Amino acid sequence: MNAFAAAHPFLVVVLPKVVILLFVLLTALAYLTWFERKVVAHIQSRWGPYRVGPHGLMQPLADGLKFLFKEDVTPAAADKFTYFLAPFLALSLAITSIAVIPFGPKGLTIFGQATPMGITNLNIGLLVIFAITSMGVYGVALAGWSSNSKYPLLGGLRSSAQMISYELALTMSVVGVILMAGSFNLSEIVTSQQGFYWGYVPQWNLIGSPLPQVLGFFLFGVAAVAETNRAPFDLAEAESELVAGFHTEYASFKFAMFFMAEYSSMITVSCLATILFFGGWLSPFPQTRLFAWTHFIPAAAFALAGLALIVHGIRYITVWGRIVLPILGVVLCGLGIFCGQPGVIDLIQGPFWFLLKVLIFLFIYVWVRGTLPRFRYDQLMNFGWKVLLPLSIFNVVITSLAIVWTQR
Amino acid sequence: MITPQIAVFLVLAAVIVAGALSLILQRHPIHSALSLVVVMVALAGLYLLQGAEFVAAVQVIVYAGAIMVVFVFVIMLLNAGEEERANVSRWARFVGVPLGAVFLVEVAYWIGRATAHLDPAPAEAVSTRDLSTLLFREYVFPFELTSFLILIALLGALVLARREESN
Repeated sequence: MNAFAAAHPFLVVVLPKVVILLFVLLTALAYLTWFERKVVAHIQSRWGPYRVGPHGLMQPLADGLKFLFKEDVTPAAADKFTYFLAPFLALSLAITSIAVIPFGPKGLTIFGQATPMGITNLNIGLLVIFAITSMGVYGVALAGWSSNSKYPLLGGLRSSAQMISYELALTMSVVGVILMAGSFNLSEIVTSQQGFYWGYVPQWNLIGSPLPQVLGFFLFGVAAVAETNRAPFDLAEAESELVAGFHTEYASFKFAMFFMAEYSSMITVSCLATILFFGGWLSPFPQTRLFAWTHFIPAAAFALAGLALIVHGIRYITVWGRIVLPILGVVLCGLGIFCGQPGVIDLIQGPFWFLLKVLIFLFIYVWVRGTLPRFRYDQLMNFGWKVLLPLSIFNVVITSLAIVWTQR
Repeated sequence: MITPQIAVFLVLAAVIVAGALSLILQRHPIHSALSLVVVMVALAGLYLLQGAEFVAAVQVIVYAGAIMVVFVFVIMLLNAGEEERANVSRWARFVGVPLGAVFLVEVAYWIGRATAHLDPAPAEAVSTRDLSTLLFREYVFPFELTSFLILIALLGALVLARREESN
């Protein structure tokens, strides 16, 4: 097998990684919708999806099936080719950008082939992500134009103008991090954040030296929410003004593709925020003897979550739930025990911390959506051009000054 | 002998030529603009083939992701309709087409002659660091001059666009 792997590294290593990542990503997208509906519901004192499966856990599946079996209506006056191209463009671009995200340190070995965790490790990883997100505007703009209908056109115009404006601030806001890391390579950006102040406080870029990128992080966060067209910057689909914006005329799975693209870019942006400002896969605890127990947090987290699920599950309302939830809990417990094994626990450190941080950012995304009212369009444009862009340039200037000052 | 590089080059070249032809032949401005996007992205692929990863990324970010988006945006904003196809005028038919053909052959001939004895590109990729060192140390004056020029052009465009308002 090892010889075969050495002869065909693409077939044995890269292709399975792509397939697995796609599977995980699409499942995560589906459950992100469930997560968002649950969190927003609880913010608004509701229960959210509850009927399809215990705690509505089968809701994403039901939604997916519904999208597949809906009638696919194409407007008669639509520009057919562009109308079909737009959702494909949106979804494929949004998914592609995950390919350069590193989920853990190097050191994954499959059949004797060393390979990075993540599909590829590019020297220009960050630039590739920006290139892909900058192409993402086409999906929205073309969808709005090709539907040949007034609300989609207005929505498409709005959101492409918004994405063009905020892309500048987004790109400029990470320049500080690039200057501090001295690289576009996402893995190197993460490894440049290793180390602890006084042995305890992690030197992540948010509080890194020579200049803490707090300003950069907030600029990045705001610009990223706007770039992904999410509330409070979701003017593209301001339903009180524009029906549903650029995807008004899309039905069935083509609509679902726009939806998946939006959630996928949410995940990408959360991954980027984690990598650029919060140390990526690095553990927040130093590797000293005092903190040796933190090495087992991933396994313990799975096991505890499983136990909680069992305890909660046996008292669930429906019989079906009383069967399914404890089984899920047992599976999680088993996963925890499996993760506790000596070889596995080292391997899982990076991905665990990385995904935990990404999950926190996704929660913040939903939290912001559930909390803040939508901006007015002129406020949005003013804010982007007159506040975010100058501040991000200012951030670049002071970061460069700080670097020059400390290197003298 | 077709190596993978040559195969990729041939595919990209075919895409570029097809995109360029489609850019001219499409009747709707949006379709033309999209063809140009295809050309730009395929060009980035060519740069990547030469090991110029930074240039490739910038090609996509700036040309495909920024400039062409603004093109598409303006076409959408003006809601430009399909072009009307006029008959080729007599002048164009008897003078323009032959002249164009002559020009094409001429350009092809000279490019063929000039590139007949070229050294192959260096195998190793040009790192972004080398490129920026070159740009900000050795060629910093032309670099700044160019950015200044672009700034002036930008301001000029603003002044021209604003003139109507003041009247």
